[in-house]
Amino acid sequence: MNRQAQAAVLFLVGGAMLHAGTTSLYLRYVKAGLQPLLLAAGAVLIVAAAATAWYELRRARDTRRRAETGSADAGHGDVQDGHDGHDDDRGHGHREPRISWLLVLPLFALILVAPPALGSYSALRSGTALQPPLAYPALPSGDPVSLSLVDYAGRAAYGHGRSLGGRTVEVTGFVALDRGGTPYLVRMALNCCAADAQPVKIGLSGKLPPVLQPDSWLEVTGTYTGKRAEDPVNGGIIPFIDVTAARPVPTPKDPYDESWNQ
Amino acid sequence: MTIVKAPPAPVGRHRGEEPPQQGWQFTSTHGLVLLLLLLVVGQGPIRRALSAPVMQSWMTVFLAVVVQALPFLVLGVLLSAALAVFVPPSFFARALPERPGLAVPVAGVAGAVLPGCECASVPVAGALVRRGVAPSAALAFLLSAPAINPIVLTATAVAFPRNPEMVLGRFVASLLVACAMGWLWQRLGRTDWLRPPARASYEGDGKGAAFWGSVRHDVMHAGGFLVVGAMAAATLKAVAPESWLRTAAGNPAVAVLALSVLAVLLSICSEADAFVAASLSQFSLTARLAFLVVGPMIDLKLFAMQAGTFGRSFALRFAPATFVLAILMSVLVGAVLL
Repeated sequence: MNRQAQAAVLFLVGGAMLHAGTTSLYLRYVKAGLQPLLLAAGAVLIVAAAATAWYELRRARDTRRRAETGSADAGHGDVQDGHDGHDDDRGHGHREPRISWLLVLPLFALILVAPPALGSYSALRSGTALQPPLAYPALPSGDPVSLSLVDYAGRAAYGHGRSLGGRTVEVTGFVALDRGGTPYLVRMALNCCAADAQPVKIGLSGKLPPVLQPDSWLEVTGTYTGKRAEDPVNGGIIPFIDVTAARPVPTPKDPYDESWNQ
Repeated sequence: MTIVKAPPAPVGRHRGEEPPQQGWQFTSTHGLVLLLLLLVVGQGPIRRALSAPVMQSWMTVFLAVVVQALPFLVLGVLLSAALAVFVPPSFFARALPERPGLAVPVAGVAGAVLPGCECASVPVAGALVRRGVAPSAALAFLLSAPAINPIVLTATAVAFPRNPEMVLGRFVASLLVACAMGWLWQRLGRTDWLRPPARASYEGDGKGAAFWGSVRHDVMHAGGFLVVGAMAAATLKAVAPESWLRTAAGNPAVAVLALSVLAVLLSICSEADAFVAASLSQFSLTARLAFLVVGPMIDLKLFAMQAGTFGRSFALRFAPATFVLAILMSVLVGAVLL
């Protein structure tokens, strides 16, 4: 890849980072805290692209000037050109890296495809990552009380629902159906990026909508039930919720549960 | 697809041997434009082909690794370019003790000041050898720099918020391996295995041109290898059944060996590998420490870079010794610390 093409790729990658960082697109792939770093990296890449293009222009101008002043110097300029790459195989350490072509792939994936956040496919392949909560703080006010899915699951699985005090709760997550057709409501929890995301699952029982579409987001209202299941993948506890109402909601801005980061 | 392989392509190959500016030639700039155009025009069918859940999740993990690692890569590349351009190599030669036995640990610790990944440390180590630093010290620096610098250690701390001892373990184990390899080279190494590194230097250009030239080269080079690593990691995550990893994770010895081999195969940049290690949560901390110690010292892309910089006969001896030593040290440090 020659330097002009490299400048173009640097610019496009930098622009893609800025695009992802300024919209909520980046939240599908990494944690929210990375936003300033993403924006800074995008800006640096664009400056690097501009600098590359500028020095390349100047070098081309110098070479042309040298070619005009004498043929001996023109020969020298030619050698220099070979040394500086242009898909050149001869120089060992001087070759411009051919591997840089691969940078087009994430560019394509991010701009043209923009795949959704991890969904039911990944959720059913990994075991539930539910950990025993450190404490059971008092529930906030409200009826029904709005809880994160991970919070409800922790209270239901390890506190046997005692801290829920029989109140009606409201949790949000996406639907996943296992091979037997059991419906789960899932939230992926992440530490840093989607590569380390792990699901936290709760089972749905009671009054369910007639059709459950995997990966669709639901806000479920219900009460604690003693029913629980074992995750077939890792043997973790999957608590259930007794659903009284469920309504479809749009995908939240940050699809992941990031409570582990706080 | 046949249109892509139109006749102009071979012409571009031999461009360096022909006088420039003779008529229209197919260069990589045209290739890039053509490729981007094809991707935009063909996005409908391509997107349909990628709509299967397994492909979607593959792409999400792939993008996650790239997007998350890129800021760290850019930061490391900026700092390493600043060091390469604004700190004269002679400074390193003056700063090191004259006795090689003493220079090894000093150079190992000095690795902490080169913030970058392994892609940055190979050219710097080559420059050190060229400037008369004892090879054993330069090699200790080569091995320690990608693993113990502040950026990598910070990334490790961020990736393991619940296990701060991983940061200490990584630092200690990596430094021990680097020093041990330095002393081993001093004892057994022969100069004729080491081909003096020849590499284009930026001398003669202005400082600004040298700085941005270094940034451009490192981002394009390391970025390409990062994409390879992200693809391998995503494939492993999306395709390999979790039960397979669980089987390997069950046996402590197999777990350490499996993750060490994985580190070599994945070739992930040391600034990003902690996040991948954190996601391999079914493995013991010692096994993941081995992943973090082996990865920055020896992997497929590093082997290629070492062979390119120092010669193949060097790399063929150096790489296996590093691999074995890194595993032993990780197990030792893991037993003490984790």
